[in-house]
Amino acid sequence: MRYIRPSSLEDAIGLLAQATGKASILAGGSDLLVKMKGGFIEPDLIIDIKAIDALGHIRESDDGFVIGAAVPCAVLGENAALRRAWPGVVEGAKLIGSKQVQGRCTIVGNLCNASPAADSVPALVAAGAKALIRGPDGSRTVAVEMVPVGPGKTSLLPGEIIESILLDKRLPNSGDAYMRFTPRTEMDIAVVSAAIYLTLDDQGIVQFARVALGAAAPTVLVVEEAAEILIGSRVDDGTLERLAQACSAACRPIDDKRGTIEFRKKLRVCWPSGSRSPPINVQDRNDGRHSSFDDN
Amino acid sequence: MMAGIAVSTTINGDIAEFLCHPDETLLDALRDRLGLMGVKEGCGTGDCGACSIILDDRLVCSCLVLGAEAEGKHIETVEGMAQGDTLHPLQQKFLEHAALQCGICTPGFLIAAKDLLAKNPDPTEEEIRFGLAGNLCRCTGYDKIVRAVQDAASVMRGA
Amino acid sequence: MTASEIGGGFGGKTHVWAEPVALALSRKAGRPVKLVMTRDEVFRASGPTSATSIDVKIGALKDGTIVAADATLRYSCGPYTGAWAETGAMTAFACYKLENVRTVGYEVLVNRPKTAAYRAPSAPMAAFAVESAIDELAKKVGMDAVDFRIRNAAQEGTRSSYGPVYGPIGIGPTLEAVKNHPHMKAPLGKNQGRGMACGFWFNFGGQTCVDLNIGMDGTISLAVGTVDVGGSRASLSLVAAEELGIDYSHVRAVIADTSSLGFNDMTDGSRGTFSSSMATISAARNAIKTLRERAAQMWDIPVEDVAWEKGQAVAKGDSHGNLPNLPLKEIAAASGTTGGPIAGHSELVADGAGVSFATHICDIEVDPETGATKVLRYTVVQDAGKAVHPTYVEGQYQGGAAQGIGWALNEEYIYGTDGRLQNAGFLDYRIPVCSDLPMIDTQILEIPNPNHPYGVRGVGETSIVPPLAAVANAVSNAVGVRMQHIPMSPPRILAALEA
Repeated sequence: MRYIRPSSLEDAIGLLAQATGKASILAGGSDLLVKMKGGFIEPDLIIDIKAIDALGHIRESDDGFVIGAAVPCAVLGENAALRRAWPGVVEGAKLIGSKQVQGRCTIVGNLCNASPAADSVPALVAAGAKALIRGPDGSRTVAVEMVPVGPGKTSLLPGEIIESILLDKRLPNSGDAYMRFTPRTEMDIAVVSAAIYLTLDDQGIVQFARVALGAAAPTVLVVEEAAEILIGSRVDDGTLERLAQACSAACRPIDDKRGTIEFRKKLRVCWPSGSRSPPINVQDRNDGRHSSFDDN
Repeated sequence: MMAGIAVSTTINGDIAEFLCHPDETLLDALRDRLGLMGVKEGCGTGDCGACSIILDDRLVCSCLVLGAEAEGKHIETVEGMAQGDTLHPLQQKFLEHAALQCGICTPGFLIAAKDLLAKNPDPTEEEIRFGLAGNLCRCTGYDKIVRAVQDAASVMRGA
Repeated sequence: MTASEIGGGFGGKTHVWAEPVALALSRKAGRPVKLVMTRDEVFRASGPTSATSIDVKIGALKDGTIVAADATLRYSCGPYTGAWAETGAMTAFACYKLENVRTVGYEVLVNRPKTAAYRAPSAPMAAFAVESAIDELAKKVGMDAVDFRIRNAAQEGTRSSYGPVYGPIGIGPTLEAVKNHPHMKAPLGKNQGRGMACGFWFNFGGQTCVDLNIGMDGTISLAVGTVDVGGSRASLSLVAAEELGIDYSHVRAVIADTSSLGFNDMTDGSRGTFSSSMATISAARNAIKTLRERAAQMWDIPVEDVAWEKGQAVAKGDSHGNLPNLPLKEIAAASGTTGGPIAGHSELVADGAGVSFATHICDIEVDPETGATKVLRYTVVQDAGKAVHPTYVEGQYQGGAAQGIGWALNEEYIYGTDGRLQNAGFLDYRIPVCSDLPMIDTQILEIPNPNHPYGVRGVGETSIVPPLAAVANAVSNAVGVRMQHIPMSPPRILAALEA
């Protein structure tokens, strides 16, 4: 086994493309090292991308945010502008593992690990995030939900690396949120999770919506019907009831050690009663189950 | 004789150099090559926090870091907390509150609590509990650990 | 065999695993062999506690007097018998005064990993069943759950359900303390419930050997043979200091290897501090006898005229009135010319481990939409006999409660249809994390154990006996449905709510 720490993305792509045996990208390592420890993979080459300067930063531009592939999730939580613009995305990233894990893990790693229960992915999907992919034949940009294609499987081609995640500027009267259900308050994997992105008009009526569910299908599930129910509504109780029914109907969960089909279909990631819709800002959480909402 | 990777790093303020295998974790390197037995292996998969260290000002599990990644980094372990014979306030308060029983999780808790108080010198009980949720303890029920951290925080603030 | 820091004990390390293989390899290789188990292997191969199913029948008069009790307890034990049904059957009704009682225990062979001891083996499950039934019966006869238990609690002179007649015991006092505890009077909110439950454990004594060596500088080295899993070195140093009348900082306890001490039973049955303190006291008293002899020699007076007070030899009697006291340190410094090294030894079977009882109170909130639970408040009241190191005793109470809460709510070995364990790791075997628990209040009662010089009883195991039942009673009261299955994980609670 070799360990290489290239200083440019070109070198990393070259190494990956030329690798003869199994090559693994190392960013945070919180999935890779666990798989190596368990004997599930034994790479011949480990390419540590953390010395590549371009991948180590969050950049804010007129178009939005560019989050480098090697940025630890803890850094997302420390970026005030990102937290303000995309609280749901940051919430998802900061629910992965523990403080210790968040000091290492990355949203790109979480995406490429392709677990249906990945905490950061539903919010990225709801937010319309894109992945900037670089490979031997140049670069391409795809919607993040196109990356995982099944548990543990991605659509990345041989030699391809995700360079960064792109998030648009948040539109006025818009917001996102992520919530999950876990038996423990922390250090747990979502039994089921949900992310939402909403844009309202001046009268408080939903103009645009996107709803994504985690651990409800082999990949993150975008529930179009849920969005249709929300659009044109004021997110009143009746709408929420129909939203819940649509989500329960759409999800295709499995029975596993973390939950049953029956339980997963029943779980509703609840909007705290009494909160004024629309949800905009996620405050610092104190409980992994329910995020708090506030008007912006 | 192994074909190792030469790593140069700073541990608790001192330069430390070691050779390690490419797939060797920093946890193993710290314990087996540098004799820093304060980092404990409770799971090897980032689920228990017993191997917690501070790596360039960030709390991490050393079982989820390769030794080779430590090149040029600054590492803090429990061995660096006391100044000579003077215990760190957290260590002192863990002793006074009997915030440990078997002791295996203790170094990880001390390092995690040190990191927590560096970022939040006056945490609420809830902030301490969530801040230390990555460190498992099977003996104490956490009560005395939380109280020791509260007490140490108060001492460190000069209150 | 040398002793290592072994981490938590809890009974799981009182078994032999693959060590003989390492020994054989070492003999072959002529080199040390290190045996390392991954966490995954520990989960799969070291043995969990038994899965159980228990039926309980209890009859009471309308005035709340229990007249008969019967339980059938089935403990799974993997592929080997000789497991734990007996202690379950013996402890099930140990809290109560019963004229007519029967318990039948079965060990059930199953195609699962072998089981291992786990903190008060088999008692928590038995208490879960019995204390749940007691709560239901109290409701049936229209009595408060605490008053019903007080009425039927065993007391000194009661013949226990497992045979012996009790000496002074703590079940009544823990119940009275709970009845008067502010926790019982605190208001509850919506979807919240309060439960309480009692628990019993025998405690154990066993073969014990201690050396107490006095250095030339007057410091004490206490060599103990019960491996320290929770701070017993500190407790035993306190005991040695107390007996000798010297400062705690002058005593250092070490866990000695098997070639340095006589045989010691392992650290189990909550015996560490109980039995080794008994031996430490005896060893210290032997050392004091020698110290008095040396002082008598130094003073040239009869040893009968030398008393030992506050760490010093004191000359008694009118004829020696003006002799200055001889501190231990001076006697130790002179030992080379008064007969050589000074030490005290003790080898004993620590008979008479006092039984112990606890009563716990738990407040819990249940989210009716998800079945999720949150422990709001928890109180442990337990008889320690004598708390040698009160903060460590509190730690044992709190730790037992926390383990019991985890067991009650979310800890579970999940097997696939292929019979393999699916959650062999800390991520999916959900022991409570720091943010899952509240502070755990404790109240130490001290009803002295007449068989120990200080009155010490074991404290480590009793604290895990009541929580399964206390939590189940709290959840049942919160949701209005009797919870008969643990763990009370969110899917189970939700299913019970919708049944």
